[in-house]
Amino acid sequence: MKYFPLVWATLWRKKTRTIFTLLSMVVAFLLFGMLETIDYAFAHPSGGATGADKLITINKYSITLLLPFSDAQAIRAVPGVAEVTWLTWLGAYYQESKNFVFALPVDTDSYFNLHKDEFIVSGEQMQAYRNTRTGALVNSALMKKFGWKVGDKVPLHSTIWTQKKDASLDWTFDIVGSFDARDPTQAGQQASTLLFHYELFDEGRSFGKGNVGWFEERVGDPSQSAAIAGRIDALFANSPNETKTQPAKDFALAFMKQLGDIGFVLRAILGAVFFTLLFLTGNTMMQSVRERTPELAVLKTIGFGDAKVLGLVIGESLLLCVIAAVIGLGLSYAALPIIKLGLQGVEVSPRALLPGIGAAVLLALAVGTPPALRAMRLNIVDALADKR
Amino acid sequence: MFKQLAAAISMSLQTLPQRVGASSVIVIGIAGVVAVLVSVLSMGAGFRHTLADSGRADRAIILRGGSDAELNSNLTRADVDTIGNAPGLAQDSDGKALLSNELVTVVNIPKIDTGTDANITLRGVGLELTKVRPELKIVAGRMFHPAVRELIAGAGAAKQFRGLTVGSVLHLRNADWTVTGMFTSNGDVHESELLADVDTVGSSIERNGYSSAVALLTSPAEFPRFKDALTTDPQLKVDVQREPEYYAAQSKALTKAINVVGNTVAVIMAIGAMFGALNSMYSAVAARGLEIATLRAIGFGALPVLLSVMIEALLLSLLGGVIGASLAWLFFNGHSVSTLGGAFAQVVFQLTVTRALIITGIVWACVIGLLGGFFPALRAARLPVAEALRAA
Repeated sequence: MKYFPLVWATLWRKKTRTIFTLLSMVVAFLLFGMLETIDYAFAHPSGGATGADKLITINKYSITLLLPFSDAQAIRAVPGVAEVTWLTWLGAYYQESKNFVFALPVDTDSYFNLHKDEFIVSGEQMQAYRNTRTGALVNSALMKKFGWKVGDKVPLHSTIWTQKKDASLDWTFDIVGSFDARDPTQAGQQASTLLFHYELFDEGRSFGKGNVGWFEERVGDPSQSAAIAGRIDALFANSPNETKTQPAKDFALAFMKQLGDIGFVLRAILGAVFFTLLFLTGNTMMQSVRERTPELAVLKTIGFGDAKVLGLVIGESLLLCVIAAVIGLGLSYAALPIIKLGLQGVEVSPRALLPGIGAAVLLALAVGTPPALRAMRLNIVDALADKR
Repeated sequence: MFKQLAAAISMSLQTLPQRVGASSVIVIGIAGVVAVLVSVLSMGAGFRHTLADSGRADRAIILRGGSDAELNSNLTRADVDTIGNAPGLAQDSDGKALLSNELVTVVNIPKIDTGTDANITLRGVGLELTKVRPELKIVAGRMFHPAVRELIAGAGAAKQFRGLTVGSVLHLRNADWTVTGMFTSNGDVHESELLADVDTVGSSIERNGYSSAVALLTSPAEFPRFKDALTTDPQLKVDVQREPEYYAAQSKALTKAINVVGNTVAVIMAIGAMFGALNSMYSAVAARGLEIATLRAIGFGALPVLLSVMIEALLLSLLGGVIGASLAWLFFNGHSVSTLGGAFAQVVFQLTVTRALIITGIVWACVIGLLGGFFPALRAARLPVAEALRAA
């Protein structure tokens, strides 16, 4: 530690060069932090609907094929299943196709029992919802987005389900209340959700009556998930509608995997960034040591051993890289809320930034070692004569 | 003036080998930016290309009104009969309308690279398929037969999914389907699909009716007449689109997302590379202090000196840009990948490093080089001659 002022002083020997090098590195670490955060997020679906105690059952052959609603009774009887509910994809939007609304027809009792403690909704509005056949509960962020208020009648356009009464694709709901996610990390996941009554949906649709898109189960003991999933699928084996039950988290991960190998793309970009950084920083360190040859020789003359000189140069490189990493990762920490806006249903966590410090140390060793070895091997007499 | 400029440039370039370390920072830094920019944008270009190739101006796709995509759409047999009588439809030699009734569904098959299930489109197609889509060519095996559980696999799908080789058997919904052939269709989106007889698919998923109808028109100019006839028919409630428009809309969201990501990452990297370039050029100017001062002392103007530094930076960054674009082309052009497309199923496409992307990359390189070279060039031009000479 007592050499810190010396290392600090040598770092700033050529101010402009150090500042420009530092700025490039800060930018690289900013990028590192952002890309690592995205990579981490895609591997970590957020809790709630994808929590450890949740299973999801879909049609084995195709997520787009429906399952008979009556399966719910059989699933409920499976030992270990605490609750089961059924959901269907409405494919809805408000006014324009870009205004996606995740409208879900839900069975009130089983849905809110399965997802208990996940929504904040006032008892009064919940009661109003139960009492209104055409009622809908809407996420408060969605309400704000479209300027909806409690009491509004809103028409949603379904791209799939026609109404029995007039063959129209428009479904109209009365907003009776709003809800928020109890766990703020799930706010994104729920941000476009509108819940309405399954009964209204099933009675209103012109086809597919009695069939639903998928089932969600809550299990009492998450460690038994795999066994329970196997029991559920065994119920429907060899039926026309075989099922595939898996932990909701695995389902979400598999879905994200379908987007493509995002991790590979991100790592390839980071590889390019750090390869160029290696050259940039390496060049700065090399230049800096070359210019200081006589000074290093003086240090050796006054009694600094080889190891100490080696340590001083590596220390300088370490200082440079760690300062850059701390600023760069700090900036990406500040950018987390922006990243959060773009990624829904996944965990955006500052934990992903930690490997950045490790990367900084590795970088420091990689770019510091060659000049440090050079400094260590300096022959005092030659160096003082400035014969390089 | 020009003579001075030429002399100054040739001098700076001649001394370049002495500054190879610092100069390579510019080249490598910019090569990195351009390689990343071009590679990422080549994903967007490839995806757009695949979907844009999926349509012909003289083909129309008919969906139930308000459905947006085939997967959501539903047409009855009566609807399709009505559509078959619309004006403007091409006919075969027997006078049959060239209309393919299609039923689109999505099935789960494991992918080769991840081993996990992914969605693939299983498209039931009408018997007029090969006349409506003449670009479709069987490259291995044979066409499927109607009324039996046979299907043909697109060449792109066969590359990405397990068990789609000719002769293999797929178990789909309590039945075994035989893969009888593999087809190509100009690298379009259908190459990511499985095709089978529409009524066999319908009975397998217990669906009576169709998702969409694809019509070949006698000419692209017939489209308005064809569309008007269908949309004004009170019996029908359909959306009629030219095929290229339908597929272009499907690629819009993803292409946009890729471009935003690619440009954001590249802008951030470019800022980093610019600082690197500033460093290199400042150190180049410092290393050439004596030489520049000498030039100024023997009567060279400030402008030729300034320009010579700028041009050195420009040439180095140009070299970086060319290297970066070449690397992107070498490693990624034609690389086959797949993603979840608009139709909720995997779309296989190839990364495409287009000429426009290479030019974009090189323009970026030059801009970074000019920005990074300007301030050092200014310093070179303002170098106090006497001091610089004395310092040496």
